[in-house]
Amino acid sequence: MTSPAPERDAPLIRMRDVVKKFGATTILDGISLDVMKGQVICIIGPSGAGKSTLLRCINALVPIDAGSILVEGQEVNDPKLDKLALRRKVGMVFQQYNLFPHRTALANIMMAPVHVLGRNRAEVEAEARALMRKVRLDGKEDAYPGELSGGQQQRVAIARSLAMQPDVMLFDEVTAALDPETVKEVLVTIRELAEEGMTCVIVTHEMGFAREVADEIYFTDRGVVVEHGPPTDFFSNCRDERTRRFLSQIL
Amino acid sequence: MTQSVAGSVAERTDLPVLKPFRLTAAPRLGLPFTAQHGVLLVGALALAVFVGEAEAGPGVPSIPATLLKWTPLLAQGFALNIAMSMLAMAIGTVLGLAVGLGLISLKWPVRASSWLVTQFFRNAPWLVLLFYCVLLMPFEVRIGGVIVPLPGWLKATAGLALPVMANVAELVRGAVRSIPSGQWEAAEALAFTRGQTLRLVILPQCVKRMMPPWMNLYAIVVVATPLTSIVGVSEAMTLTGDILSSEGRSDLLVPMYLYLLTWFFLYCYPIARATVAVERRFAVR
Repeated sequence: MTSPAPERDAPLIRMRDVVKKFGATTILDGISLDVMKGQVICIIGPSGAGKSTLLRCINALVPIDAGSILVEGQEVNDPKLDKLALRRKVGMVFQQYNLFPHRTALANIMMAPVHVLGRNRAEVEAEARALMRKVRLDGKEDAYPGELSGGQQQRVAIARSLAMQPDVMLFDEVTAALDPETVKEVLVTIRELAEEGMTCVIVTHEMGFAREVADEIYFTDRGVVVEHGPPTDFFSNCRDERTRRFLSQIL
Repeated sequence: MTQSVAGSVAERTDLPVLKPFRLTAAPRLGLPFTAQHGVLLVGALALAVFVGEAEAGPGVPSIPATLLKWTPLLAQGFALNIAMSMLAMAIGTVLGLAVGLGLISLKWPVRASSWLVTQFFRNAPWLVLLFYCVLLMPFEVRIGGVIVPLPGWLKATAGLALPVMANVAELVRGAVRSIPSGQWEAAEALAFTRGQTLRLVILPQCVKRMMPPWMNLYAIVVVATPLTSIVGVSEAMTLTGDILSSEGRSDLLVPMYLYLLTWFFLYCYPIARATVAVERRFAVR
């Protein structure tokens, strides 16, 4: 690949004027954002604002129509892109967990490193067990996803994504499908990751959580970034009318 | 406590969402036989034997004795039915899996040709396919220097395997389609290739879903094997005809065919029961 060597302070993810349309509907209408290494970005906004689509563009699950996305200096909007190489660097966790129901929790975590990276099974298993401990699910290694609660499944999904040792993690409304009492355990896991320096892009409706972990908050509505800023500024003196209306509804 | 409150709300409200929710059990899908059919069948057999017995003149062997006498021959024929059904199922399943994967291929020529094959063989009458196979296939083939004979039953089995193939292909396609798209997405996000996704994530989940309809299909293939008597295969149906003509007794007609039906029932009913059991066990949680 002929990707230019990233500059020292170049962002890990750089989106410029990204446009995505589904048929006649414009989902993303010129989104630009930067994610620096080690940064935690929270994306908030009303449903239908294109937040999930935005995340899916970053790991090329959804092709974009115009604009540019650089991930570690590599252009995602390039027909010759090695999608698999990109996705090895970008982990993703989904709202509906999407664990593989026919495999145990441990096997779910091990599958990608073993089959995609071709790594040694014993080595991967040791790491997978360590990851289970990390998400506080040791003892549940042999449980099938159907036997776990939503919060536990989501933590397995986080561990599964971490097993690929990604450079950045994308979280797509990971607590939206959870019972209120299990939301916290998942958020704690994500916060620990953030504190360890993992670069995270988090789409969330948990404002308290966003305020606590984010280095930068982006408010999106109808496919555009309305405004963004560090959480203290953002919540106390947002400038845009739309942001204020959204926050007043949700806080 | 809460239930009684909810109950009173349900009584007072006009809002459909507040009405009690009750899901009526869906009627069980058509299996070939039920236990009641078996009881009826045995009852009919007994009645037929009894009536035949009453009509039979003196000095003629009794009907049960005659049935018993021909049982070994009938068993031989029935064994051929079972062998043909199993072989047709095996061949049809292997081919059907391939065609089914073709149906979900990303390459349109593969998809289109698989679709054509599936539609053609799924919508063709089994008997017509049987005739084609038996009449068009040679009676022997030369593989290298060896001449391999193709007996009629083998050609008939090939004829049965074709519709099995098409049906299995549809089962595969349906099962793959029934897997939630999130599974594809998750596998894709983990950098699995399409092949890996199918092999490691999608198809293993399809096996469970395909099992009950596949077993049902097998039961249907078993009861379809007597069709091969029309193209001259010496299976149970043909032999029953032969026995009847050699006995030359009209009172034997009804008991003999009922006897044959009982054989099929005894073989297929457990399969139907097992299908229901598997369906229950593999029910998507």
